[in-house]
Amino acid sequence: MSRVAEFILRRKGGKRWHWTDIVTWVWLVGGLFVMFGPAVWLVGSSFKSPAALAEFPPTILPYVTQKVTVEGYDKPLDLYNVTLPDGSKATLAEVRRIGIVSQMIDPQKPGEIVKVNISQRTPVREMSFASENYTEPFTHFDFVRYLWNSVFVTVTATLITLVVNSMAAFALSKYEFRGRTFAMLLILATLMVPLSVIMVPLYSIVSALGLFNNLWGVILPTVATPTGVFILRQYMLTIPDELIDAARMDKASEWQIYWRIILPLTAPALAVLAIFSVVWRWNDFLWPLIVLSRKELYTLQVGLSIYSGELNVQWHFILAMTVVTMIPVVLVFIFLQRFITTGIAGTGLK
Amino acid sequence: MNADVPGKTGSGIGEVVLAPVRFTMGLIDAPLRWLQRVTGISGMAAFFLLPNMLIFGIFVLLPFFINFAYSMTGGTALFLPDRSFVGGDQYARLFDCTNYLNANSCAEDTFWTAVGNTGWFVIIQVTLMIAVSLVTALILNRELAARSFWRAVFFFPVLLSPVVVGLIWKWILQRQGLMNFGLYGFGFDPYAWLNDRNWAFAATIGVSIWAHMGFYTLILLAGLQAIPKDLYEAAEMDGTRPTRAFLRITMPLLAPNLLVVVVLVLIKAVQIFDEVYVLTGGGPGTSTLYLTQYIYETGFATQLRNPGLAAAASILMGVVLVVLTLMQLGLSRSSEKKGARK
Repeated sequence: MSRVAEFILRRKGGKRWHWTDIVTWVWLVGGLFVMFGPAVWLVGSSFKSPAALAEFPPTILPYVTQKVTVEGYDKPLDLYNVTLPDGSKATLAEVRRIGIVSQMIDPQKPGEIVKVNISQRTPVREMSFASENYTEPFTHFDFVRYLWNSVFVTVTATLITLVVNSMAAFALSKYEFRGRTFAMLLILATLMVPLSVIMVPLYSIVSALGLFNNLWGVILPTVATPTGVFILRQYMLTIPDELIDAARMDKASEWQIYWRIILPLTAPALAVLAIFSVVWRWNDFLWPLIVLSRKELYTLQVGLSIYSGELNVQWHFILAMTVVTMIPVVLVFIFLQRFITTGIAGTGLK
Repeated sequence: MNADVPGKTGSGIGEVVLAPVRFTMGLIDAPLRWLQRVTGISGMAAFFLLPNMLIFGIFVLLPFFINFAYSMTGGTALFLPDRSFVGGDQYARLFDCTNYLNANSCAEDTFWTAVGNTGWFVIIQVTLMIAVSLVTALILNRELAARSFWRAVFFFPVLLSPVVVGLIWKWILQRQGLMNFGLYGFGFDPYAWLNDRNWAFAATIGVSIWAHMGFYTLILLAGLQAIPKDLYEAAEMDGTRPTRAFLRITMPLLAPNLLVVVVLVLIKAVQIFDEVYVLTGGGPGTSTLYLTQYIYETGFATQLRNPGLAAAASILMGVVLVVLTLMQLGLSRSSEKKGARK
């Protein structure tokens, strides 16, 4: 144990605590709470019932007040631990509350009503995970549809991105032709044109093509991403041209060279681009918000933002759906964290 | 030409998934052989470039040029031929101010509010973002146990969607939220942070830093790790103090990366939209209304939509972004040259 602690608390210079060691650990531990805390809090909250969500101060774990069904009352009643005027303690159920006086009954003897000052009672609580927060959106809302739309957009857009970008990258890295530099510059120049600058005319073009309120209108404008062409081209430049010459000697067509030699050899770069494309497309918000105005076409992100505006009181559903929206990205993060971080550090793309 | 590449020969599940793909790709081959015979190899280059160029041309290049045309037209009609030419009227309207420092004196007061808000946002957010990312990168560059774990901790929010980020923080900053719970322990009363103009503005800055700092930290960390360790060893031998080593070795060698990061953060900050839109919706009032949201609302969302005005505003924003991007390209090129000299 002490060796583990020694390893974790390894210090600069090895002997005394330097002030930078203290700053480092305060920063790291603080960072752990600040970066993970909010997401953990979200997940924890998503299991609370509406009543527990409205509570202040909130509890860390989802608790609810225990209820009891009493003969003669339609609804289950809340259970309280009560200190009675004579000093004895009892567990009573609340029938109604008037001002600061609570009318209570003993669940065993429903006949007689006891009046108790509300400061003399504390609710009986039990832990309870409100899984209906997760199941109800699936049945009551178009949640499944949003989920499907998001999956469709993400998968299709990523596949097209990979094919189209790798073809372009192949042309730009392995062929000599007039206008190659021009094409390269044109693609690079796109980096300067973010969506927010061209969204008005893009909207009209997408409408003119009949793609307004169509998932293809979300997919197509995003697939010719310059960063994709760029990293694939950089990678393909490292593949020796001799391989291609040899294949040509063997009477392979250019298309065969592309998909049987270049694509398999570019697999690592394709994988990085695929990961990023999935995360980008899954997270897209502004463009789907503009193109999709029919409810049944919303992606998860759009649906969620619309819900959070319309159903401001139904936080329990919103939180659960937010958690579901988070899951794919968190999975990608857990399993592919190493590739993502090296991909970013190496290419500076996001 | 049968076995594709050594080590890539099919096995198990991969083969099952790839079989239809191979079949389709094989079908495509026949017409393409014909194309190759007709046009030669240079024709194939064009063929490979075509899909990307087509999509790129229709959905990026064309809108880019049409945008200028749009900004010179008026009315609410969507398609360009239906719109009336108004020349520079939209720009004139955007710049119709008696006092540029007072948004209320302008014909388009929300535009200037958005410009002012974005300006403050950029100044404060970029400064804080660089400071926080740099400190984190320096700390992660130390000899730490489980360094990749700590790197992941700070990187994690980068992958979250802006909507999720916005909702997480909306949930935390609301009246019954975690923030008030924490302060409650110190005896403060619950406060609706996002209903307060100043706190809402501060929240948009804090949340955007939270969401993106991991990305810049990573780039800076890569820069720090490229600095040769023997420089520090030599400095230590000479009895150089750590602060001096930081100022004389770390900072100058990191400067090119740092500059690139500054410009990247600037470009992103000017375009801030998604997480703010979900977090505050631009409010309360117009206190967190930023440029992209102004363009979005003018172009699409309001009853009195005015695509021409939105296009004009987006071109003004585009000019700023182009200048920033050119700066970035210049900087990364000069830093590459420096790297080559090393």
